[in-house]
Amino acid sequence: MSHPLRSFILILVLTVIAGLIALPQPRPLAFTLFGRQIDATFGRPQGTVTILNRQLSWPQFELKQGLDIQGGVQVVLRADMSQIPDKERTIALDAAKEVIARRVNLYGVSEPVIQTSQFGQEYRLLVELPGLQDTAQALQLVGTTAQLDFRLQSALTPEATVSAVAFLESFIPTELTGQQLKRAAVQFDPQTQEPVISMEFDSDGTKLFAQLTTNYVGQVLAIFIDGYPVALPRINTPILTGQAVMSGGFTLDQAKQLAIQLNAGALPVPITVLEQRTIGASLGQESVMKSIRAGAVGIGLVILFMILYYGTKGVLSGIALLIYALLTIAVYKLLGVTLTLPGIAGLLLSIGMAVDSNILIFERMKEELRVGRPFNQAMELGFGRAWNSIKDANIATITIALILINPLDLSFLNTSGLVRGFGITLLIGIVISLFTGLVVARTLMRLFLKESNRV
Amino acid sequence: MFNFMKYRLAYLLFSLLFLVPGIISLVLFGVRPGLDFTGGALLELRFTQPPRVALNTGTVNDSLKELYTVDSVQTSGQKQYIFRGQTLEVDQKNQVVTNLIATFGETSELRFETVGPILGQELIRKTLVAVMLAAVLITLYVARQFNELKYGVSAVLAMLHDSLILLGAFSLLGRFFHVEVDVLFVTALLTTLSFSVHDTVVVFDRVREFKRQHAKLSSTEVINGAILQTLGRSLNNSLTIIITLLTLVLLGGESIRWFAVALLIGAITGTYSSTFTAAPLLLIWEQLSARAKLLRARR
Repeated sequence: MSHPLRSFILILVLTVIAGLIALPQPRPLAFTLFGRQIDATFGRPQGTVTILNRQLSWPQFELKQGLDIQGGVQVVLRADMSQIPDKERTIALDAAKEVIARRVNLYGVSEPVIQTSQFGQEYRLLVELPGLQDTAQALQLVGTTAQLDFRLQSALTPEATVSAVAFLESFIPTELTGQQLKRAAVQFDPQTQEPVISMEFDSDGTKLFAQLTTNYVGQVLAIFIDGYPVALPRINTPILTGQAVMSGGFTLDQAKQLAIQLNAGALPVPITVLEQRTIGASLGQESVMKSIRAGAVGIGLVILFMILYYGTKGVLSGIALLIYALLTIAVYKLLGVTLTLPGIAGLLLSIGMAVDSNILIFERMKEELRVGRPFNQAMELGFGRAWNSIKDANIATITIALILINPLDLSFLNTSGLVRGFGITLLIGIVISLFTGLVVARTLMRLFLKESNRV
Repeated sequence: MFNFMKYRLAYLLFSLLFLVPGIISLVLFGVRPGLDFTGGALLELRFTQPPRVALNTGTVNDSLKELYTVDSVQTSGQKQYIFRGQTLEVDQKNQVVTNLIATFGETSELRFETVGPILGQELIRKTLVAVMLAAVLITLYVARQFNELKYGVSAVLAMLHDSLILLGAFSLLGRFFHVEVDVLFVTALLTTLSFSVHDTVVVFDRVREFKRQHAKLSSTEVINGAILQTLGRSLNNSLTIIITLLTLVLLGGESIRWFAVALLIGAITGTYSSTFTAAPLLLIWEQLSARAKLLRARR
């Protein structure tokens, strides 16, 4: 801190970088100012620049929008584990999650969130499907139990090699389904040490499986989940014991994944809907536009107030506040913070609070000046003494923010996305405001505030 | 020097002016729990034209016949209505919407939420745990920070004062404007706790510093001096917070309006209470203990 100029240059660089990240995609900005129509584009630079013969394009970051902003469906599901042995419940829950994730991905929902939670005898799934509007469709996607069955591949027709539909139709359903599969597990081939998947059938399944493997040696007996093949094992020898081993050069992760999927079909977990929310996109967009406008007006008024009350110092703290806003949005984008409507409120609140450290320092400075200290000494003392209060006071807010965020996923605390969104923006806001309030404002004041313009 | 603490009883009476109606309302009416807590269904529709038939609970239930019973209908904007009732399956909801369109005219669906009763119960538990945890942690923190019981107790009492005012305000708002308490309200309540302590810590910090510097002054003079020094900061700081929150209340979207109102009330009472509740309480405590000491000495 002994070189204000160096800190200043660092802050400048940081601000420019943050600005490039934080600015939205260029969009036309048309408004009327004092009766004049103004058309302009506002946003970050686009395209590429050539530096040292290298083509560099601006990295593009977008703010992640929460479900309440972009609209979508949120469902809380309860898995009924009464029919499933204790030991297998966690596996069953993970399997259900896998199945839902696959369905959702096949359906083409972008950035779905699927979480499991478990406490006491409750096993739950939280599914967020942004952009989806049709509730019935969403429930069909997530709410039905996975269907696993085995299908025999008939001779490949020429179309089947090029068309996905024809390929799927080349499989003939058999009577063997997930109902008859007792369990699947990952094992290691004693000879090759390769991961393989073992499957165990119940008595009906053993009979059916023996029949199929005896009659169709050399053919592919595909495993289908929800109408899509997840594995295409070939029958090598007839298996009469109901204990099959599937090998095929899996990696350990692939094998685990497949075992989970097979178990999902084998362990159908009945699922009930506990909670279901559908938010229309228009509702969120309107609120966002209004809130952003409110935010802009709010920041403007706060800066105006600071300038009117503190003069030059107010201008400097206004600049620090703008840097604060840029840094905050850049951090949101870099950390991938999902912005919810309460999150926006948290952001605005933290802007109101961010000037607090400046005010504390300015008031302290005034006092030191009143006692008759020289200007520079008063400024440094102001910073030093105010720091204690600032630190002490912010610890309480950080504590509350952590309770709201619940970073350890404690089951007795809230896990609602909205509440978390608010907590996260509040926490980031406090941390960054400490930086801008103490480091940025201090550097600016050391450089630009001279005795002559003291208030 | 302006003698701030001379009017300490007046400040406490002023607090009572806000506390008492709120507490009475809390005892008589409680708060209006929202969907998050009670479970049930909520459907928000926007009509393209003003409804063909006057829209109220009676006409809505007539149009739904045996299908479903709506408990309440509320306007939420121009041609925009919120319907509430028991938990509802999706198929059932689609049928409800079809019926409503047939009777009242074309609509678009803005929002549909249905929450099972188990989740509501659970949320109440989680909320209580979060509030207790916050209160305990903050009390421990204040106790550690100030090492003296009177500071800790005064700060916590001020915190309690702020939460009661916020709860009371929402009890009254619920009674007269049908404002409901939801998850976001709980968030605002917790934030109020932190506001309250945040400010009180700044004031008490100064009280201690002042005491160290001017060992000879009476406790009234110490607290008075500290308050005069922090008042500018307190007012300015809460003013900036109030500016941002007020713009959010006035210009912000409908869906977070009451959340912003709750934060606003919290910010105001949080600032007020550190100067005008926590500090007078501290002074009264010091005077009572001084008097007690005097009495003991006389004996």
